[in-house]
Amino acid sequence: METLQLALVHALPEVILAIGVIAMVLVGAFRGKPDDGPMSEIAVVLLGAALVAIVLKTPGVSGVVFDNAFVDDRFGDFMKALALIGSIVTLLMAGDFFRGEGINKFEFPILVVLATLGMMMLISANGLIALYLGLELMSLALYVTAALSRDDARASEAGLKYFVLGALSSGMLLYGASLLYGFSGNVSFAGIAAAIGDHPNVGVIFGLVFLFTGLAFKMSVVPFHMWTPDVYEGAPTPVTAFFASAPKMAAVAIATRVIYTAFPGATHQWQQIVIFMSIASMALGAFAAIKQDNIKRLMAYSSIGHMGFALVGLAAGTEEGVKGVLFYMAIYLVMTLGAFAAILSMRVNGKPVEKISDLSGLDNTNRPMALFIALLMVSLSGVPPLAGFFAKWYVFLAAVQANLFTLAVIGVLCSAVAAFYYWRIIKVMYFDDAAPAFDKPSLTLRAVLAVSAVSMLLYWVYPAPLVQAADSAAKSLF
Amino acid sequence: MSVATAFFYLFSIITIASAAMVIVGRNPVHSVLFLILAFVSAAGLFVLTGAEFLAMLLVVVYVGAVMVLFLFVVMMLDVDFAQLQKTVGKYLPVGGLITLVVLAELVLVVGSWNVAPESVLSTPTPAGLSNTAALGQVLYTQYAYLFQAAGLVLLTAMIGAIVLTLHHRPNVKRQDISAQNARTRATAIENKHVPSRTGVPVP
Repeated sequence: METLQLALVHALPEVILAIGVIAMVLVGAFRGKPDDGPMSEIAVVLLGAALVAIVLKTPGVSGVVFDNAFVDDRFGDFMKALALIGSIVTLLMAGDFFRGEGINKFEFPILVVLATLGMMMLISANGLIALYLGLELMSLALYVTAALSRDDARASEAGLKYFVLGALSSGMLLYGASLLYGFSGNVSFAGIAAAIGDHPNVGVIFGLVFLFTGLAFKMSVVPFHMWTPDVYEGAPTPVTAFFASAPKMAAVAIATRVIYTAFPGATHQWQQIVIFMSIASMALGAFAAIKQDNIKRLMAYSSIGHMGFALVGLAAGTEEGVKGVLFYMAIYLVMTLGAFAAILSMRVNGKPVEKISDLSGLDNTNRPMALFIALLMVSLSGVPPLAGFFAKWYVFLAAVQANLFTLAVIGVLCSAVAAFYYWRIIKVMYFDDAAPAFDKPSLTLRAVLAVSAVSMLLYWVYPAPLVQAADSAAKSLF
Repeated sequence: MSVATAFFYLFSIITIASAAMVIVGRNPVHSVLFLILAFVSAAGLFVLTGAEFLAMLLVVVYVGAVMVLFLFVVMMLDVDFAQLQKTVGKYLPVGGLITLVVLAELVLVVGSWNVAPESVLSTPTPAGLSNTAALGQVLYTQYAYLFQAAGLVLLTAMIGAIVLTLHHRPNVKRQDISAQNARTRATAIENKHVPSRTGVPVP
């Protein structure tokens, strides 16, 4: 009894979400109306409660519960808080869009909460079974949200494509997990690390490769990125915002945890994989985005590139590197949410538009919005003194300290190429002839855009809270 | 020859024979029925090895659910299986070659395979318990978290299937039995006085 209580205290945020989501399903079913009504608000309150439970947790309390399946530590808390923020902001931004499109089903908030619960279980996974179940809970809910707009052919295509490729990646991940279990006789990460020691055999390396294939798919890093542009473009924009924010946090978190808790003895092997994926993602993100004229596709390539930068920190294999990754993900989250608030604000006469040319001359029609978007673009390209620069600085610093000079140099070059397409948006907004003016965006969208842009600008004034949080989170993993 | 051995051969022969019938049967419905027979006799093999939980699972899940689904698919999709089988000969050489290669690989791999002695039965079934009871004991204690998580995954799948397929179409005429039963002569029939040689306007 004592241990069950302890376990439930450690998993309090997950318990809140799990019980809450079942209550939401019942409320939705017995309300008898297909529209969302108060469900979004209920979901936001639930996710907020989980966030409060994480933030107010006694610091320093960590533990492994549920028979080695669930780990509760500062690292998990940090990433879970990011995933929850991503989900909450998505839900806040989504309501108006879905009502405008007539697809405001009450299941969307439920699916977002279920996906978030999956992410949190994934972040806290301490073994292969928990990893798979968390990943599958997250992915299943995401597949459905991508195809939520059933009457839209592109959205259905996006959902189907995501589902088929996701199922394939799950299969690869399971195959890797079965190899790892077969060759180490353990499902817990610590057990695997102990079993393989310093000399992993071929079977374990195969398992590692397949496991990483599955995780790379969820992170959408090259060469498992093919689905990203199509799904980002086809899915309803709030769903795209969700895809680009919260699930990435969970995927990067579990990749980091797997590397440092299950494969400390196979550093040489995983480092090769991570370095390759990192370089390929940075390069593809930089070059493939140049010719895009749809801003959602552009953001898809941008997110692939950013995942590549985050992996630079992971490749370093040091505590500094992990700190850089955490830091990068936090700043990436804020930038992405701000950018999607801007994309959701792009509506002309009640219809959403998503071409870059629709932003033309925004400076004349909506000066504050143009300014905020410009700030976000500058930050995304990584120019000092905006926060995006510090994010890149930390990961490159970690790579240099780990003697990965080539990786750092390639990263800086890719970052310079990528700056071109971010700055092109600024040029379009300030120097092109005005396109039709946008409708006045809702207060939520304006607030999200303003807060994210201003926090990028003013980050350097008061960086201590984020730095300290990332620091203690990274320490808990070593 | 003991009774168990006799049953082993009986179940094995039925399994292999019905598996062969699945492939060669001309009628797809017969194929599905033979597949059910193959599963049931495989369940018998599981019982013989003492894994009665797996046997139950095979009958309940595969025979009860998956096969019914197969039967639905076979009956509802208009696939000309006889036509498909005519083209088998075209692929036989390549297919046969691949089969031989896989068979050779299996013989080589399985033949040289040693199960690591220390990894076998790391949690043996406690004495005096059937393996169903033993599974239940760990499933609801040691693996309670994973069990609940699996439940949530299934809940998500269910919600997802409903979201993606349930259409609330307006203007669909549905049968309402209580309304039908509540109809009386007074509500259903209206008498019109029709003047001679003029007719009434049709609504």
